[in-house]
Amino acid sequence: MAEAASTDYNVMTTADGTPLKVSLDRALRRSKTKAILLVAPLFLFILFSFLVPIFDMLFRSVENQIVANSLPLTVQAIEDWDPAASDLPPEPVFQAMVEDIKVGAANRTIGRVGTRLNYELSGMSSLFRKSARGVEDIEGPPYSEQLIEIDEDWADPDVWKLIQRESGPFTISYYLAAVDYALSPDGEIVSQPEYAQIYVNLFIRTLWLSLLITGLCLLLGYPISYLLAILPTRTSNLLMIMVLLPFWTSLLVRTTSWIALLQQEGVINDILVWTGLISDGGRLAMIHNQTGTIIAMTHILLPFMVLPLYSVMKTIPKSYMRAAMSLGANPLLAFVRVYMPNTVAGIGAGSILVFIISIGYYITPALVGGTSGTLISNFIAYHMSSSLNWGLAAALGSILLAVVLALYLLYDKIVGIDNMKLG
Amino acid sequence: MPPPIYAGPVERTWYYSFRVICGLIFFFLIAPIVVIIPLSFNAQPYFTFTPEMLSFDPAGYSTKWYKEFLNSTNWQQAVENSIIIAIFSTILATFLGTVAALGLSRSVMPYRTVIMAILISPMIVPLIISAAGMYFFYSTIGLQGTYLGIILAHTALGTPFVVITVTATLVGFDHSLTRAAANLGADPVRTFFKVIVPLILPGVISGALFAFITSFDEVVIIIFVGSIEQRTIPWQMFSGIRENISPTILAVASLLILFSVTLLTTIELLRRRSERLRGLSPG
Repeated sequence: MAEAASTDYNVMTTADGTPLKVSLDRALRRSKTKAILLVAPLFLFILFSFLVPIFDMLFRSVENQIVANSLPLTVQAIEDWDPAASDLPPEPVFQAMVEDIKVGAANRTIGRVGTRLNYELSGMSSLFRKSARGVEDIEGPPYSEQLIEIDEDWADPDVWKLIQRESGPFTISYYLAAVDYALSPDGEIVSQPEYAQIYVNLFIRTLWLSLLITGLCLLLGYPISYLLAILPTRTSNLLMIMVLLPFWTSLLVRTTSWIALLQQEGVINDILVWTGLISDGGRLAMIHNQTGTIIAMTHILLPFMVLPLYSVMKTIPKSYMRAAMSLGANPLLAFVRVYMPNTVAGIGAGSILVFIISIGYYITPALVGGTSGTLISNFIAYHMSSSLNWGLAAALGSILLAVVLALYLLYDKIVGIDNMKLG
Repeated sequence: MPPPIYAGPVERTWYYSFRVICGLIFFFLIAPIVVIIPLSFNAQPYFTFTPEMLSFDPAGYSTKWYKEFLNSTNWQQAVENSIIIAIFSTILATFLGTVAALGLSRSVMPYRTVIMAILISPMIVPLIISAAGMYFFYSTIGLQGTYLGIILAHTALGTPFVVITVTATLVGFDHSLTRAAANLGADPVRTFFKVIVPLILPGVISGALFAFITSFDEVVIIIFVGSIEQRTIPWQMFSGIRENISPTILAVASLLILFSVTLLTTIELLRRRSERLRGLSPG
C-alpha cells in the first residue's frame, strides 16, 4: 500500500490533475488525427480519380466476362464436354448455342463476342455474324446439323475448344498476345506466327530508343551542366534561361518547331541545299522516322537531365579539382578521377528520369515518328481508340507500368522522392 | 572570364573549344524555340524562310496567321476551354495539395513515405497509362467526354507538383512560430492565415503555376478522356499537325512561347523571394 501511494506521488500531473503521460498521449493522438484529416481529402481524391482507374485497367487486362455474359447457356452446357472423348460437343451444346445466338442477335451483343473470340482465332467474328443472320430459320432439332449448314466452321473442334477455354471469368490471353504468344487450341502456349510478332520487337525498340535518347541527353547535358556549375552565379543564371525556357515551353510548340526544321522543305534541308552540302533532289528524310523521334525527344528531355546534374555539380567544391591538380594530377585525370565520381548521383538521377519519361512518351513519336519511330505507347493508343481491343491495350499498359514502377523504385533508392526538385 | 594566365597552349585550346561545344549545345536547346517566331510572320504558307524574308523585304512578312488565329471559332473555343479547365483544376489541385502538404509535413503523420508515394504517383505513371485507365473507367461511369472528367483528371495530374513544392517550403518552417502566435492569443485559423500562409505562399504559388501549366499543356489525357467539345489549345494543335498543318499553328506556338516566358519570369522572381525569406541565399 505504502509503495503504491508513493508511486502516485511520483507521477507528474498537469494542472487539472491528469497524469502527464495520459495528457501527452491524448495530445499526440489529437495531432495525429489532425494530420490524417488534412491528408485525407487529397488521398481520397487521388484514390477515386486516379488509382481506381489504374486498377480498373489492370483488371481489364485479365477480365474475360464477355463470353460468359453473351453465351450464358452455351458456357453452362459446354462445361462438361471432354474434347478428348468426342470431336464435337453433344447436341445440347449446339441447342444452347443456337438459343444464345438468337438472343444475342436480337439485342445486338453477338458481334462483341465474335470480336472478342476473333482475337484468339481469326474467322470467329465472321462466323458469329453469319450465324446471327442464319439462326432465325432454325426452329427445332437437329441443331448441330443445321448450325453446321449455316457455317461449316461449327464442325471445327477448335472453335468449340476455344469457346470452352474462354468461358471462364479470367484469361491470360491478352498478356500472351502482348509478348507475341498465344494459346493453341489444345491450351498450350505457342509463339505467334512470324508475321504477327510485333510487340516484343516494339518493346525492344522502345527500350533501345529510350536508352539512346538517355545517352544523348547525358552526352549533351553533362558539358553544359558543368559549365553552368563552374561559371559565376550571375552568368550561369543567365545561361540557365536557355535550359529553362525550353523546359517551360509547351511540348507541342517544341514538336511543331522540329517539324518546321526537319521536314523535306524545312529550314535545315533548305540551309543544307543553300550551302551546297546536298543537292535539291537529295534532301534528307529527317522526320516521320526514327531520326525525327530521336532528335525531337532528345531536345525535349534534355532539361530533365541538366537540372538534376546541375544541382549535384553545384554542391561539389571547386577546391577538389585544385587539390587534385596540386597533388600532381593533370586536369584530365583530376576531372575523371575526382570530379566525375562526385557526379554519379546526378548522372543516375537524370538518366533514370529521362529514361522513365521516354519509355512512356506518346505525343512526339505520334507526330514525328512515322512508322519506324513509334513506341509502345503509340500501340496502346492504337488499341484504345482504333482497334478497340481494350484488353490488349490494358495488358500492354500494365507491362509498361510494371517497368516504370521498377525504375521508379530504383530512382527512389538513388535520389529519394523527397529530394525531387522542380525548376 | 578568360583562361587563367598560367594555362598552357593545350589548356587554352581546350578552354575555348569547351566553350564552343557548350555554345553549340545551348544553340541546339534554344534555336528551335526562337526560330518559330520569325517563321510565324511568313507571308507564304510555308514552314521555312522564303527568299523575300531572308532579304528583309517587308512583303515577305505578314501577320495574317495571327489574324486567322483570332478569327477562327475553333481556336477561340480552344483558348476558352484551355483557360476554364486549367483554372478550375488549378484551384482544386492547389487547395487539396496545400492542405495535404500541411498534414504530410507533421512528424506525427503515420505511413508518411507510403502516402507521399501514392500522392505523387500521378506524376510518375506515364501519361498514356493514366489516359488509358481514365478512359476505360470514366467511360463506364459516364465522365468520358465531359468537362468534369477532364477537370478531375487534370487536378489529379497537378496535385503532385503542389504537394512537392509546398512540402519543400515547409521543410524550413519553424514550428515555434505557430506556438508563438498561439501564445500571443491567436486562434488556429488566425495563425494559419497570418503566420503560416504568408510563409508558405511562394511554395503554394509556384505549385499552382506548375499545376496550371500541367493542365494548360496537357494533351494525352484530353485526346482520350475529352471529346471535340472540350478541345483545348494543345488538342487543337495536335489535330492541326496531324491533319492540315497550317502556319496558324506557328502563330499559336509563338504566342505560347511568349506565355511561357512570362511564367518563367514569375517563377524565377518567386524562387528568389522564397530563398530570401528563408535566408538561404542573399538574393
